[in-house]
Amino acid sequence: MNFNRHPWALHALLLAVAIVFPFVSNSAFVINFGVLALFYAFIGQSWNIAGGFAGQLSFGHVAFFGVGAYASTIVQIRFGINPWWGLPASALAGAAAGCLIGVISFRAGLKGSYFALITLAFAEVFRIVANSVDITGGGLGMLIPMKQTAANFQFGDRRVFYFIILVLTVISVAVALWLKASRFGARLAAIRENEDAARALGINVFVEKIKIMTISGAIAGAGGCFFAQYFLYIDPTIVFGVDKSVEMLLVSMIGGAGTVYGPLIGAVLLAVVSELTRSMFSFQGLSLVIYGTLLVIIIAFLPNGLIELFKRKKRKESGRLTSASSSKEGDA
Amino acid sequence: MLKVKGLSKIFGGLRAVDNASLEVGQGQIVSLIGPNGAGKTTLFASIAGFHKIDEGQVEFLGLSIVGSQVHEIARLGMVRTFQITQPFAKLTVLENIAVGAFQQFSSKNEAHAHARLIAEKVGMSGMLDQPASDLTVAGRKRLELARALATGPKLLLLDEVMAGLNPQEIVEIIALIRSIRDSGVTILLIEHVMHAVMSLSEFIYVLSYGKVIAQGQPEEVVNNREVIEAYLGRGAADQMATQVQGEAHA
Repeated sequence: MNFNRHPWALHALLLAVAIVFPFVSNSAFVINFGVLALFYAFIGQSWNIAGGFAGQLSFGHVAFFGVGAYASTIVQIRFGINPWWGLPASALAGAAAGCLIGVISFRAGLKGSYFALITLAFAEVFRIVANSVDITGGGLGMLIPMKQTAANFQFGDRRVFYFIILVLTVISVAVALWLKASRFGARLAAIRENEDAARALGINVFVEKIKIMTISGAIAGAGGCFFAQYFLYIDPTIVFGVDKSVEMLLVSMIGGAGTVYGPLIGAVLLAVVSELTRSMFSFQGLSLVIYGTLLVIIIAFLPNGLIELFKRKKRKESGRLTSASSSKEGDA
Repeated sequence: MLKVKGLSKIFGGLRAVDNASLEVGQGQIVSLIGPNGAGKTTLFASIAGFHKIDEGQVEFLGLSIVGSQVHEIARLGMVRTFQITQPFAKLTVLENIAVGAFQQFSSKNEAHAHARLIAEKVGMSGMLDQPASDLTVAGRKRLELARALATGPKLLLLDEVMAGLNPQEIVEIIALIRSIRDSGVTILLIEHVMHAVMSLSEFIYVLSYGKVIAQGQPEEVVNNREVIEAYLGRGAADQMATQVQGEAHA
């Protein structure tokens, strides 16, 4: 099957594999692995949409994630609103945070590493605020009472969670595919490559960047809601910690930033590494050490991410095809 | 179409552009020449909104565009190219041109079809799938032109699109610029390649130390005393005149 000629075949195949996966084995370990991989893919895609497609390298994407996690948990616990409403609430909160941080940073003209630094600073500010105000429960965090009913967005069968995060991931991939094929995406690529040239061609750089930060923030926020419902506990260090930001961008960079399936590849790798290290060593954070080492190796040999391996193969094949056809022409 | 009146741009204590005025009429090819450092690119950038101007008026299509943002001016139909080429390096040639074409078309198919058309016009059809970073200097200059052209501009500001090209390439690009004008696009260009300036322009402005020191038809301008001195130094005009006289005697 040539996926170049039939791109939908690839999407369908991947989706089929993802749907069948939880029925292969119902062990908690396998399902948990699947949920983890898709969760990383989802939040990685959120980073990828802003960082990979639009070149806005954020180092504090966890800010949107954490805002989402707190939004859904607060409406649920403090206001007694059904947690299903927490999902749109967290996406909205994430979008608002993305828009706000975007407006502030881009108005000030921050680009590149300066943008990375200010997003990092924002995430830290959010963490400290969550640590010190009452509504978030401060440093103690918030515990969501366990009540496993579907109406309560909690499930005894973890496979339901698996399918929820699968649907979310499919939506995020759809957003990435739309960026690949749309005017908006083309403008973002132009902005990533050269802002002055983009502006000279009539692109409103400021507005386009705000738009993508808002979309990216919404996705990260929804990820925060899922995280809270899955683990039923959040505190400032967990949902506003730097390591989640790092995970988001590593997943995307290792897989291939600015590509549709890069974050998925990176996410599977991160899930494998973190599950393996967790089962073999009791040393916390070792997975990130190993993952960091992998990052160094990959950047050295595959600067465009693991997805390059697949692309190279494809290019070789198409190269062979064209040389074959040209030799045919030569014969004739 | 474009009217610039008394434009000044000051960087610290330096008047990079000093009270410059110029006018470009619909369908014309107008050149802006001058020695290195005269302020030509600064004037271009000020007109196109890249610099905030300190004094003066800029009118495009009868509208004052002072204080407008770059993208707003570009959408009105005045698009500039860059002297130091600014390609979208990792995008292919087709994708580069399509960014311009997307200003006219919202669907990818239409934008890419238009980009192909433009590529053919500027002679880049053979390199559509190459990344822009692989292009030669000549290729990059063409790409600048193609991208700007794909937006469907009314007025193109071309900043030294011939610098670094070989004579054959210059002949080609002169023909190209003429055909762009014939398709209804007005052109204002900065250029150092004099024979191109002479053969293309209908009107020339000469800038020196930020001031417009001469303007007129190509023949008038090249024989202008001040212009010769601006390029060759004080006294050069007299020297040339005596040389010409001497040759006439001999």
